[in-house]
Amino acid sequence: MSITVNRAFGPVVEGEAVVSEEGFSPRYDLDRWSGVITKPGHKLEGTSIVDKICFFPTAKGGIAAGWAFYDIKWKKIAPKAFIFGVTNPVMVQGAVFAGIPITEGWSPHPREAVKTGDWVRVDPARRIIEVLRRKA
Amino acid sequence: MELTPEERSILGGGRGEAAKRALQYQIEVGRFWGAKRFVPVTNVHMMGDIEVMGDGGLAWLKEEAGSGARCVVGTTTNARCMDFAHCERMGQDAGEAVKEKELIAALRRMDVVTTDTCINYQTVYQPHLGEHVAWGDTGTVIYANSVFGARSNFEAGPAALAAALTGRTPEYGFHLDEHRKGTFAVELKAKLDDLADWGAVGKLVGESHQNYYAVPVFHGYHRTPGADELKHLGAALASYGSMAMFHFAGVTPEAPSMLPNEKMAVSDADLEAVYRNFKLGDGDARLVVFSGPQQSLFEMKNLSDLFENRKVKGGSTCIVTTNSAILQQSRDLGYAQVLQGAGVTILEGVCFYILQNLSPMREKNRWTNMVSNSAKIVNIIGAHRFNTILRRTADCVEIACSGVLK
Repeated sequence: MSITVNRAFGPVVEGEAVVSEEGFSPRYDLDRWSGVITKPGHKLEGTSIVDKICFFPTAKGGIAAGWAFYDIKWKKIAPKAFIFGVTNPVMVQGAVFAGIPITEGWSPHPREAVKTGDWVRVDPARRIIEVLRRKA
Repeated sequence: MELTPEERSILGGGRGEAAKRALQYQIEVGRFWGAKRFVPVTNVHMMGDIEVMGDGGLAWLKEEAGSGARCVVGTTTNARCMDFAHCERMGQDAGEAVKEKELIAALRRMDVVTTDTCINYQTVYQPHLGEHVAWGDTGTVIYANSVFGARSNFEAGPAALAAALTGRTPEYGFHLDEHRKGTFAVELKAKLDDLADWGAVGKLVGESHQNYYAVPVFHGYHRTPGADELKHLGAALASYGSMAMFHFAGVTPEAPSMLPNEKMAVSDADLEAVYRNFKLGDGDARLVVFSGPQQSLFEMKNLSDLFENRKVKGGSTCIVTTNSAILQQSRDLGYAQVLQGAGVTILEGVCFYILQNLSPMREKNRWTNMVSNSAKIVNIIGAHRFNTILRRTADCVEIACSGVLK
């Protein structure tokens, strides 16, 4: 099973998928000291994104988010990749600056292809995300 | 991307290692968005403080400054997280204040003009029609694109700084004609007598059309809006809708003569519903904030008129933020003295929502609600677990002085 993406940056990475039904901002939703989503009521509240391949339908938040990716990478609590349905320039500028792979656009929708806990590989150069192993 | 001889020279190290790294970074961002080339920029506005950058960002910045990174176009800074004169009383960390001072020194070493303002477009630099700039925060970008007809994307701190070092930015998004056209029309039937009303319009329109490339066209309004009104409208559209541009018939330079097909309207009843829908939580009325964006001179005058012969209720806190230039003028004109005499705290060069240590500050003061006339700030402060309430300016002053939330 694989997902094709429209745009992508970064090296090939593999990791455990976290699939969100809700959008993401590293400032509105994330505890920037633990890597856990702490925004009350967020659909992933209580979930750690550390070392994960994170699927988010949309990006939220303003300019301040741009430094946050480098900050969490420096603290060693960054995800391995961000996979967005729709993103914005700030997310891309921030992820590229931190060297974190990021992609935008997907087909098919992740809900039809990948579940939280699956092991996936992101290949930005080929614009493809492959599910390597299903969660046991 | 197609590179000019000058850009190839920068990549070859002709303007130093920092400019080379900055251009390499910009090429990656440009490639992602399918930019074909760079456009020269004349002005940069960047966000950079210890609260947003953290220790890693500070270490990176110091290294850049040390390796000879220098701005090649006029570059200013956005509001930051500390007013050093008030740090201790506000309960902010002394250690972080030291880092913030190091950060400011590194920026100045790179020739960044540390204006510490999110209203650069009202007080520092007004780009002309068609001028390409690289600005952030979002409120500055939407004002530049919409009111001035200048051209900028949302540029995050690292991206804005890269533009400052290379003097250019990748050509995508709002640098291109194709993204600057109106995508839906909004008829303004409401009276809109207060700045909070303009922010409420931004909330209604932004929340229902969340998309960086959505561009509303406002029309049908009964008078000409002023700069502060457009500022609150734009800041709220950017905050709730992630939007970077709007048109306003008869007001903004690129407003179309034909309206887009998709249409909505905003009435007085819609606005009343916005105010009514803010929950009052436990009724705590002890924190009233005028910030996000910083106050203009006319906003300072209006607040001074409203607070004349009044006092902030004992046990309550009322905070106003502005930049150093406006504060100095407010002192010269006596507005600041009136506000301070009424017990209002004026913070310089900061925005309330990015204050360092804000969550512990909230806990220490046992604040549960935050009341403001800014639709933007009531939207973005949620991560600090405030219950937020939008009220009109005079109502905010009344709440600050009476301690009663209505």
